[in-house]
Amino acid sequence: MLRSKSLSSKMTDAILIAILVIVAITCILPLWYTLSLSLSSKTAAAAGAVALWPVDFNFDSYKQLLQDSQFFKSFWISVQRVVLGAGLNFIIVPLMAYPLSKTVKDFRGRNVLMWTVIFTMLFNGGLIPLYITIQEYNLMNSIWALVLVGGAQTIVFNIILTINFFRNLPKSLEEAALVDGAGPWYILFKLFIPLSIPVLATVSLFSIVYHWNEFLYGLIFMTREEFYPLQTYIQQLVVSVDPSTMTEDQYKRMSELSNRTLDAAKIFIAMIPVLVVYPFLQRYFIHGITLGSVKE
Amino acid sequence: MKTKGFAKHYYMMMAPGLLWLVLFSIVPMFGIVIAFQDFNPGKGILGSEFIGLETFKYMFTLSDTLNVFYNTIIIAIMKIIGNLIVPLVFALMLNEIRYIGLKRSIQTIVYLPHFLSWVILGGVLLDIFAYQGPINQLLGIFGVEPILFFAQADLFPFLVVGSDVWKEFGFNTIIYLAALTGINPALYEAAGIDGASRFRMLWHVTLPGIRTTAVLLAVLSLGNVLNAGFDQIFNLYNPLVYSTGDIIDTWVYRAGLLNLQYELATAVGLLKSVAGFILISLSYFLAYKFTNYRIF
Repeated sequence: MLRSKSLSSKMTDAILIAILVIVAITCILPLWYTLSLSLSSKTAAAAGAVALWPVDFNFDSYKQLLQDSQFFKSFWISVQRVVLGAGLNFIIVPLMAYPLSKTVKDFRGRNVLMWTVIFTMLFNGGLIPLYITIQEYNLMNSIWALVLVGGAQTIVFNIILTINFFRNLPKSLEEAALVDGAGPWYILFKLFIPLSIPVLATVSLFSIVYHWNEFLYGLIFMTREEFYPLQTYIQQLVVSVDPSTMTEDQYKRMSELSNRTLDAAKIFIAMIPVLVVYPFLQRYFIHGITLGSVKE
Repeated sequence: MKTKGFAKHYYMMMAPGLLWLVLFSIVPMFGIVIAFQDFNPGKGILGSEFIGLETFKYMFTLSDTLNVFYNTIIIAIMKIIGNLIVPLVFALMLNEIRYIGLKRSIQTIVYLPHFLSWVILGGVLLDIFAYQGPINQLLGIFGVEPILFFAQADLFPFLVVGSDVWKEFGFNTIIYLAALTGINPALYEAAGIDGASRFRMLWHVTLPGIRTTAVLLAVLSLGNVLNAGFDQIFNLYNPLVYSTGDIIDTWVYRAGLLNLQYELATAVGLLKSVAGFILISLSYFLAYKFTNYRIF
């Protein structure tokens, strides 16, 4: 590309880079601050002495965290939820997407089914009907409430992404297999799924991040703390408020009373799984977003 | 080609997924009849008495509900505007950077907050804006008295919108950046030969090149006019900011699950679901009409 390298152009570059770098720093500085806070002493945190670096560097919060058995229970529940949720997502998505990627000519019921599936994404009965339904199913305090309710709400988007990917695969592949006498199960499992690893990796990562981050269903479907997934547990601890009316003084005292360094340690540990899968997310999701788009 | 009899297999493939969606998306929809009942949890949906539109009449007499609808729309519209413009500007700036390594690093950092939950980021933000937190320390240098940021009703909507844009702008740049790479480099070369300045290239080549994408995103965001972001507000708000920060979803949660006003919470939720469904359908229709975009 042609670029004039005049002095003013270089100045513009320098200013642009400075702004972009500053904006990027503001995206991680808050996370860095939380880490610093978790490694500082309680007194320093309460006095507001912590800025960029830990004050009175120590691991007390993390040692204290090791004593908290509920934290690890909740962590384990979240891990189970992610494995079940993402696993189910990985199996169901291609099974739904393959028939729906057919035309009406090949699969008569396709359009009705497609609109039904889309409708479940666009419309919902709201929180209370959902809550009553789960009670009726006797799924309160069951991990399946978390896996199945959350999954049903996110799977449709993943199915659409995969349908669009399937439709962009060369038609001749399937035709050749049909000529050789292959049936639909063979075509899906031996041909389409192996070719769709990028999109299936993408939707799996979406599902993993969703199930790890979701906290509301843990809060409403689990009646006891021992069943809380990690995000719900942290939500109750760090940011829950007394629903009665409160004054500014009460609000201030509440934040002073909380153990900020320990809370920061919990927040930081809960962030780690996302940070671990982040490099993979990076690799796949940009791709995922564009590969799922409809090509005219 | 032999595809006769395949339909049976297609239905078999879809059966588990369809069952899942029916049980966890469609069945709960029938719970909306609670809005038209004098609901008695002991008798269940089938045993409760129908009272017609009583609950809806009652709903419109409450100043609470009108206020939460107002708050929802104000916050959602501010978010939509911020989330359209900030990523666009950021993408245009990033597009001017020629150092690939630097560009990648900035992208990696700014995408990260999108993948962290509002439970985590809510905790982080409350720490940053705490009475003894770094923002107040920084303001203290300029002689500003410490502010209890998240207890100020007049500031709350702006903190919510600002932090949402901060969390999402990086991720939202992806779509713009994809559109920017789609612009034919020959256009820039031709403009360069004609002696166009950098600013003129931006105006005459870059902006027209991503106009369709920008219009599409704006149209699609119409579907979000009633989504002010439950997860975020639920993790940041407190009774002091209900007057400006309470939105439909948080109100429904408290009315239904804390105060056990099932009928009222279902009615408000239903109103939101129906209006949301109409808005999303309209946005898809307009997107198809103006830009030929289809989601599937």
